[in-house]
Amino acid sequence: MEGRDQGTFRERIARNRRNSLLLIAAFLAFITIFGYIIGFAWLGDPTRALFGLALALVVGVVCGLVSYYAGDKMVLAASRAREITHDDAPVLFNVVEEMSIASGLPMPKVYIVDDSAPNAFATGRDPEHATVAVTSGLLEKLDRDELQGVMAHEMSHVANFDIRYSMLVGILVGTTVLISDFFLRGLWFSGGRGGGRRGGDGGGQLQIIMILIAIVLAILAPLFARLLQLSISRQREFLADATAVRLTRNPKGLADALQKIGGDREVLEVANRATAHLYIANPVKKFEKRSKGLFSTHPPIEERVKILRAIEAGGVAETSGQTSTETP
Amino acid sequence: MGIVLLIVLVVIVVILVIFAIVTYNGLVRRRNEVEESYRQIDVQLKRRYDLIPNLLEGVKKYFRQEQDVLTQITQARSQAMQPQSPGQQAQSEARLSGAIGNLFAVAENYPDLRSNTVLLDFQEELSSTENKISFARQHYNDSVQSYNTKIQSFPAVIFSRSMGFTEKEYFEAQGPERESVTVSYD
Repeated sequence: MEGRDQGTFRERIARNRRNSLLLIAAFLAFITIFGYIIGFAWLGDPTRALFGLALALVVGVVCGLVSYYAGDKMVLAASRAREITHDDAPVLFNVVEEMSIASGLPMPKVYIVDDSAPNAFATGRDPEHATVAVTSGLLEKLDRDELQGVMAHEMSHVANFDIRYSMLVGILVGTTVLISDFFLRGLWFSGGRGGGRRGGDGGGQLQIIMILIAIVLAILAPLFARLLQLSISRQREFLADATAVRLTRNPKGLADALQKIGGDREVLEVANRATAHLYIANPVKKFEKRSKGLFSTHPPIEERVKILRAIEAGGVAETSGQTSTETP
Repeated sequence: MGIVLLIVLVVIVVILVIFAIVTYNGLVRRRNEVEESYRQIDVQLKRRYDLIPNLLEGVKKYFRQEQDVLTQITQARSQAMQPQSPGQQAQSEARLSGAIGNLFAVAENYPDLRSNTVLLDFQEELSSTENKISFARQHYNDSVQSYNTKIQSFPAVIFSRSMGFTEKEYFEAQGPERESVTVSYD
């Protein structure tokens, strides 16, 4: 069983690598085409439109590099997370250390988000540059075993490079939305300014067509981006739960934690649509209820709990004889 | 005709060689993982030796009536730090864990201490140290399992033995007296 487990794990890493590359390529392709079309729509000339293309390409490459190397910091800043040391939250820090030992990964940085809604996420470009973050609500509401389950789940995301792919999705999707939005607003405010630039009849018509294409692209791109974001994070939550159990040898901890998190109706203020897919449980609560289908970033919590309870009952994972503190 | 055959043969040989290299590197990586995770156990054990005196210093005033429990821990610690055979080592480590467990049990007798933050922090640190040791062992076993499975399965099994890749032993912990168990595959 171990062999197969490792197999799927390595496949998962390979798939995340491939998907990350594809995502960057798709983003660059989109931004280049979009840049050209906007350039054409604005400047009304196929040669001068190349200026738009070049500009878009530069912006795209810079965006890509920045999100690859600083994406985790952007995500953490957007979530208003602060880094902690051992003495700020000893139990949390110890639990993360335990899970990094159990998984054989380097110790990630640990952050806390001051928010009473219980949730957690991991981010970073690889296990050597990884961060795990929890809300203060999670620390308050979970006991040690439950916290351990959650951190094991997050370390699984770190181990199989889910974090890199999710981070890139979050930021590149966000950038796409931003650029589209920017264009649409710009178009709105400048009115027909572009039209007067060029006299030629044919050029003028082509320019109008290009403006229309640009508008359609600007409207569709965010939708595609959103679908992409939705498609990634459902199956991998199950996988991370399974890996978490392999790390803690204790399915009950994570199951209890998920139940508590799922039963909590508080809304995580700092989460938004660009970061929702990073969290262990969907932070946008009003979604959860009617989200069995395509439009959820997470599988229903009840289903995940059910699977973990089945493992617990079946004793598939043996318990290791560790001591655990009785947290009162 | 001869040339085609030759080309086919060369291609097959090249593919086989590449395959062998990839497999070999996979074995080396896994073996290094096993060795690294073994060192990690030692790191965690040493960490515990270093931590215990400090931790005990901080709480000894609460356990004035329980001197023997504290001495037990100190003794078990210094014994575990002596150079000794792996079997004995495992036993004295187990005794140290047992002594620490005793202290937790004794602490239960003092209800007013249960809300003492110094003591709670102390308990957290000590039990986390124990956890870290057992997780380090668990990770060692996980990587041994992955490595052993790899060298026993096709295609690595063809050359793994002749190239010096032999099965590693699991760390087995059973109850209070632990001994390193020899696992035989033949």
